[in-house]
Amino acid sequence: MHHEEVFTDRNVSEHSAYFYVDIETYPVSGWDKFKQVLKRAVRGELFVGLWVVLREMIKFDIHTVQYPKEKLPIGPRYRAVHKLLRLWESGYERCIGCGLCEKICISDCIRMDTRIDENSRKEVTEYSINLGRCIFCGYCAEVCPELAIVHGGRYENASEQRTHFVIKDDMLTPLDLLKAGEQAEYPGFGAIIPGSDASVKKTPLAY
Amino acid sequence: MDVAFIIETIVKIVVILLIFSALAGLGTYFERKVLAFMQRRLGPMHVGPFGLLQVAADGIKLFTKEDIIPQNVVKPIFKIAPVITAATAFMASAAIPFWPQFTVMGYTVHPIVADINVGILYVLGVMAIGLYGPLLGGMASANKWSLISAARSAAIFISYEVISGLSLLAPLMMVGSLSLVDINNYQAGGIGNWIVWSQPVAFILFWIAAFAETGRTPFHLVANDHEIIDGFGTEYSGMRWGMFFIGEYANMFFISFVIAIIFLGGFGDGTIAGAFQLLLKVAFFFFFFLWTRAAWPDVRPDQLMWLCWKVLMPIAVLNIVVTGIVMMF
Ligand code: SF4
Ligand code: SF4
Repeated sequence: MHHEEVFTDRNVSEHSAYFYVDIETYPVSGWDKFKQVLKRAVRGELFVGLWVVLREMIKFDIHTVQYPKEKLPIGPRYRAVHKLLRLWESGYERCIGCGLCEKICISDCIRMDTRIDENSRKEVTEYSINLGRCIFCGYCAEVCPELAIVHGGRYENASEQRTHFVIKDDMLTPLDLLKAGEQAEYPGFGAIIPGSDASVKKTPLAY
Repeated sequence: MDVAFIIETIVKIVVILLIFSALAGLGTYFERKVLAFMQRRLGPMHVGPFGLLQVAADGIKLFTKEDIIPQNVVKPIFKIAPVITAATAFMASAAIPFWPQFTVMGYTVHPIVADINVGILYVLGVMAIGLYGPLLGGMASANKWSLISAARSAAIFISYEVISGLSLLAPLMMVGSLSLVDINNYQAGGIGNWIVWSQPVAFILFWIAAFAETGRTPFHLVANDHEIIDGFGTEYSGMRWGMFFIGEYANMFFISFVIAIIFLGGFGDGTIAGAFQLLLKVAFFFFFFLWTRAAWPDVRPDQLMWLCWKVLMPIAVLNIVVTGIVMMF
């Protein structure tokens, strides 16, 4: 597994960081306004501001990400361009051509073709996703019974037209990468819960 | 007038024009870098080493952009306004001594275009004419934001001319001359002789007024991006807009020179060390212009007027009276 970034919990809850700001009452009379100006001028708030920015400049703690050269980490559940995975042991395609993903896709952008091959197995001949229509909802990955179609982390797409496709060859893990152990399971929608092996009961064979 | 004098003057003018146009360009680079560092960014990085050639890229861009004259503008005035800003900024530099006099091959060079005896008056006067750039450009633009900016610039420049004039009066009373060279020589004795020690109030007032007259951040109302887009520059494009920019940055450099010469001893006794000290002082004042831009918010126009007429002007007048009383006894 690739390393997982720890993300801040930004959900609103009683423990979250919301708090009320004290706002001073605004001065009404001219004398109050004058006192406020004097207080602010003499207390040197202007110099506090100058110091803060100068300190940041001296510390030189630069936060710029020089994008094409450097990239920010994305979450493990990030839903970008899809991948088709292979079985770990045999290297065979996981997709059984059941067509559930094609059926559930709410933007109707998956198109696949199957045939019965020589061994009477169903074989997927074509599989394409129109990324111009895909809304990256993750339903296809969730519905897939074989954990075959998953989302990947490739979020940089460019095309000359609104319709552009990824086809099976782009999405399927190449065999050499699979042998090198570089195929990663997807921890997002539809993935196996960690430790699910322990909760699976053996099918009683007595029936 | 002999020929040598004319040639020398023309050479000086060309040198000043070249150096300060280039410095104005570099000024934008430094501004972007300093502001970026203060905001934990890197600033320009891609053109040349550390983005240094960004200035050249901007120059090429400005020069080759289409020069758009929008419909409904008052064409002659619209075209001439940026020239006024840039020209007056450089004209003001004529009376500023940038460097002590030095001798090259037996020929003494005075690095000042015209050592007139009313130098500071001339500088302030010509800088005040610079008001016509934003004012005419804004009024001729047929654009609401430009018009607001023109009105603001008229109000601000005229108000703060009063402050800069009055605050300078006290030091000028002590020196007894309006020539910047005389003012500089008055403080030639070293740090103890700097006018800032005897006239700290005038120094602060003039410094504040300098921000208003160059239109820099706490008083950046003439082209306040989040209120009135680019103010008088909204309808401008290409090099005409660039001239406004050059004018603004050249003005920042020149006013830094003026502050350093009048209040901080200028180039002192005229040695090379003194000359480099002058450059250091100017660099500090220029840096301060950028520094405040990162640190301080803009004030509202009415606050600016309030500050000018109800706070700074009474203080300036009081300063003159006190200086007069002290000088009398
Ligand atoms: S992510 Fe959603 S829209 Fe995209 S292919 Fe899958 S089901 Fe269709
Ligand atoms: S749901 Fe999964 S197994 Fe079924 S066709 Fe789609 S990718 Fe293949």
